[in-house]
Amino acid sequence: MRFLRILGSVVGRGFRFLRRDKKAAAGSIILFVLLVITAFPSWFTPHDPAADAYTPGIGLSWTHLLGTTAQGQDVFSQVMAGTRQSVLIALIVGFFCTVISVIIGITAAYMGGLVDDGLSLLIDVILVIPTFPLIIVIVGYLRNTGFWLMIFVLTFTGWSYGARQLRVQALSLRNRDYLLAARARGEKSRYVIVVELIPPMTSLIVANFLGTALYALLASAGLQFIGLGDISTQSWGTMLYWAQNDEALATGLPLMVLAPGIAIALLGTSLALLNYAFDEVANPALRPVKIARARKVAA
Amino acid sequence: MRFLARRIGFLLIALWAAATVNFLIPRLMPGNPAEAMMGRLRGHINPASLHALEVAFGINTHQSLISSYFSYLNNCVHLNFGISLLDFPEPVSSVIAKALPWTVGLVGVSTILGFFIGTALGAISAWRRGGKLDSVMPPVFIVVSAFPYFWIGLMCIWLFGLTLNWLPYLGGYTETITPTLSWSFVVNILEHSVLPAFTITITAIGGWILTMRNNMITVVAEDYVKMGRAKGLKPRRILWQYAARNAMLPNLTGFAMSLGFVISGAILVEYVFNYPGVGFLLLQAVENEDYPLMQALFLLLTVAVLFAIFVADIATSLLDPRTRNNS
Repeated sequence: MRFLRILGSVVGRGFRFLRRDKKAAAGSIILFVLLVITAFPSWFTPHDPAADAYTPGIGLSWTHLLGTTAQGQDVFSQVMAGTRQSVLIALIVGFFCTVISVIIGITAAYMGGLVDDGLSLLIDVILVIPTFPLIIVIVGYLRNTGFWLMIFVLTFTGWSYGARQLRVQALSLRNRDYLLAARARGEKSRYVIVVELIPPMTSLIVANFLGTALYALLASAGLQFIGLGDISTQSWGTMLYWAQNDEALATGLPLMVLAPGIAIALLGTSLALLNYAFDEVANPALRPVKIARARKVAA
Repeated sequence: MRFLARRIGFLLIALWAAATVNFLIPRLMPGNPAEAMMGRLRGHINPASLHALEVAFGINTHQSLISSYFSYLNNCVHLNFGISLLDFPEPVSSVIAKALPWTVGLVGVSTILGFFIGTALGAISAWRRGGKLDSVMPPVFIVVSAFPYFWIGLMCIWLFGLTLNWLPYLGGYTETITPTLSWSFVVNILEHSVLPAFTITITAIGGWILTMRNNMITVVAEDYVKMGRAKGLKPRRILWQYAARNAMLPNLTGFAMSLGFVISGAILVEYVFNYPGVGFLLLQAVENEDYPLMQALFLLLTVAVLFAIFVADIATSLLDPRTRNNS
């Protein structure tokens, strides 16, 4: 019962937040639609996305909403079918990176001393190695990049920024009175960290998740675009790879480039919108445009 | 002094880590890609260069992993990266030296442009909080930053290159004319750099606007800004000489760092425009399985970033005494 009441209040607060914040509302709606497409791609694909059975290179039409590719595939169906891979890569990499950042960042801040020195050094070293070239080099040696390998590489290179941010915030919270009180009560470290330390950091953790998901989306699209993804599966980046391969722009088929690019940007925009909304929750100074005006009048 | 020693220590450790990662990656990969490469090369290149490659990748040598690691480190220190397979038999270092000026010129200039335009726009938009600029800028930036930047390059090619036919969009200069030190050749190079530079600048501006705006919002509320107003200084003077100067401080570190990322930052833009720079070279190396070139390029990109961060740290500590004590 108590759990249900807490859940209810969280959901209620979430809805009120969305009603107040237009950015967050727009971001959630786009993300929700894309999640539905991810879960049930077959509802949204009027044609077989892999079949090259149609007249190649036609423009907008009712049978082929976004036209066909140079190979005679239906662009609209490809965009819909490609949603799943991009959404999943973004969310899964975002999730894994966030978990690693939370564990490493908070351990470093909470333990302090040598553990902190060691982990901070690790974070900083991974942070300064240029990510995209590293990914290209790793993937370059491995050649075919399947779904999970892509996720592994992006996670390995993507967690350090968040870990650094979380470490800094955990450090600033570490010596607050309520944490000292919990420790003085004789609570176990696990309790102090999970119940006292992490909750105030929630908005930063969420912002972190969204930022990393955006990074994973764009990096994976870039890798797929240069042919380092799995080109036998459907994804937005791979569509761009084929478009470039078929010289779609020069041969008058801009839809092959426009459609997947806009799809990537839609998902990216939804993540970025939610990110800024959470940023404003975490940092109230960024929020009050209206209040700032009112204050000027009062002064 | 202690601060400096710490930074130099970090620089050395990070350099060592990058070199070690570079050494380990090909050796950890399943199926040993380097060995496959050697198989294809046997009989095509002379035994001496083959042996040099074998040493570099630790194949067929009776060296232990440890001793080949040390000879690798020794080669790195002496900038001896072996022979490029892409441009056989040129040494890797001279292949890179040819591509480097293109990247530094193109990406360097656009990064600097992006920083100044973005910082100025961010300062103005925070100064006129809730004004026209301030309400238009963030949403536009959010959408722009969500596009992959190579895609913006593709759009520029489509619009300005193919449709309007205003500017060339492939390569660093027109391949049919011979490079000479003449005015027309310089113009040719500049024409070819407009579209990629525009792409990089547009994508770089957004980040600077946002961070500068956020910094400015905090600074504008400071007492010395109020003091300036109370003294009746011209608003423009308060904006640039008082507020923006201080709000820029955290951004300067970011700027110095972004100069380090110049070489690695625009790989896909160079790829899209076939621009003969380092990024394009890296992708060509990957495509042609030119592992010596790949290794050397990755090391170069990392070293550039590390030195930029080092310089940024030193510069910040000189400009902002507060960072010296608590780091």
